[in-house]
Formats: sequence, C-alpha cells, structure tokens
Amino acid sequence: MHELSIAASIVESVTESASAYPGARVKEVRLRVGALASVIEDSLQFCWELATEDSPLAGAALVIHMLPVIVHCDACGADAEIAGVQSFRCPRCGELAADLRQGRELEIESIELEEPDPVEEQV
Amino acid sequence: MTTRIVELRRGILKKNDELAAGLRNRFTSAGVLVLNLVSSPGTGKTAFLERTLRELRARGAHAAALVGDLETDNDARRLAASGAPVRQINTHGICHLDAEMIAKHLEGWEEVSLAGLNYLFIENVGNLVCPSSYDLGERIRVALLSVTEGEDKPLKYPGLFNSADAAVITKIDIAEPCGFDRELALHNINEIRPGIRIFETSAKTGAGMDAWLAYLAEQAGPA
Repeated sequence: MHELSIAASIVESVTESASAYPGARVKEVRLRVGALASVIEDSLQFCWELATEDSPLAGAALVIHMLPVIVHCDACGADAEIAGVQSFRCPRCGELAADLRQGRELEIESIELEEPDPVEEQV
Repeated sequence: MTTRIVELRRGILKKNDELAAGLRNRFTSAGVLVLNLVSSPGTGKTAFLERTLRELRARGAHAAALVGDLETDNDARRLAASGAPVRQINTHGICHLDAEMIAKHLEGWEEVSLAGLNYLFIENVGNLVCPSSYDLGERIRVALLSVTEGEDKPLKYPGLFNSADAAVITKIDIAEPCGFDRELALHNINEIRPGIRIFETSAKTGAGMDAWLAYLAEQAGPA
C-alpha cells in the first residue's frame, strides 16, 4: 500500500518539471514500471486520482508501461526476458541467473503538455 | 493549443534515492556497516536483532539499532535490554521506512556517533512489499522468513526477496512441529535470488547465530 506515497512523489516531480512551461496543462504522465518494482497498476491508478484531485494535475492521465524482467545468463551469455517473477532462470538454457538487467524500474518516462498557442494569443 | 512531449526519464523515488546515496556515503566514510532488516510482521525480526545485538556486545563490537513501527516504542524497549543504543521510529501509518526518516533520526542521537559504531541495524516496518522500493542507504538488505510462514513466501513476494543481499530463516527450533520443509524453502529462496547467502537461525536457542555473526564480521572487514 505504498502506491499513495509513489503517486505523491510523481505529483511532486511532475509539478516541478511542468513549472518550466508556464501556462501549460499536464495532459498525460507516462511511467516505466518493472515487474519487480512492487507496484500494483490498479492501485497506483486509484491513488493517482486521489493524489491529483484539486491539484494542477487534476484530470491528467497516468499511463503505466509495465516492463518484464530481463536477466543476463552467465552460463550461455544471453540477455533474456523471463516469464513472470517466480523463477530467475535463463529461458534458453535453464540455468539460474542472478544478474538482473531490467525489472526494477520505477520512473517517469515523459509528460505530455498542452500549451496555449502563442500565435492564437496575439490574434 | 499545441502539444509538447517532455522526456524526463527520472526515477519516481529520485529524492529518496539521492538522500539514501548521501547516507551511504556517510556510513561508508564512518566505517559503519548498515543493514536493513525486512520481513512480514511476526517473523521475529526483533527477537533476532535482540540476540544479534547481545552477541555483538559480548564480542566487544559496537552496534546500534533504529527500529521502525507504525506505533508504540515496544520494540525499542525490547532491543534496549541488550544494552545497545536504540531509537524508535514511528511512521504513524506509513508502511515503510524511507531515507528521510533515517536521516532525521540520526540527528541529535546523543549516545551514538557513527564513527564509533561497527554496526547499525535498521529494523524496517513489518511488511514484505513496500520496503523493497525504498533505499535507506544500507549496504546489506536482509530478508527474514520464519518457519511458521510457509516455504512459498519468497515466491509470493519476489520483489523483496530478489532485492535482498542475505536471507535469514528464523525460529528453526520449532521447524519440526510446523512441518517446515527446509529443502523447499531453500530452493524457493534460491529460485528468486540465485546464490544468496542464507542463514538458518533460532533467536531462542542461538542455533545458527555463529554463522550469522561470522558473516557480519566478514562484511564489516577488519576493525
């Protein structure tokens, strides 16, 4: 249940980044979340609404891009995506693979802003 | 209206991560080994830590503990019986510790100077989900699992077990009446975190504590 803390951190970070574009409205926030990040998508969406309510980010959509786990296998040298998170074995050769190359991400990839058109304003 | 996409590529918990990195630098330059203990409520973190603190003290090492709970200072009082300096962190509803709480509770802790410590233990809030995302500046994250919890716990909480540097099985003195399948538990931990060091312990009888203490000494390096 730390999704509310996560949502609050996203709001803080996005608000700060968006402040460089005065007058812009944040339309969408895109995240990259690894399968091992211990974040539940539905729960984060729910908390996002709570965290943005009555804020300049109200109404902004949260798009969560979930990333599968990728391990590097020392035995066969492959970087391979594993199915699920129940066994950290190379899908090619079956050896245990401890070297994680993807799966812990918890990041804001980008934000989409809607800005007033400067030309229209002059008219 | 025009639409603009701004690439951020920024960690959501960047603030915590930066703070934790700062703490880690402080801990490293002070020469103190910091461990973050994580488990479900009821695994026996406090009993295990109490025994660890006592044994370290008996060996002449200087250890202290920060202990996180939603409410009460019961655990701090229990741990203080070991003679080690202990400070309670009450999160008041927050399900994990974060780097800011650690930094705040290191301030003004009069009995403790980091430079005078060999070990600092951080007992996290009992929770196997949320603490996995929050770096506290620790060098070693320890995931604990008791024989009463079921051998599939690592499979149920892979995010946490995969992020751990060491695993501790607690309460092995009651493994038999619990029908604990040791081989299966070891197998499951290893499936989630291949090659992790695993310690099988009982805070009550002291079983397995020697191996754990030897690991601590090895990780801390020469005093």
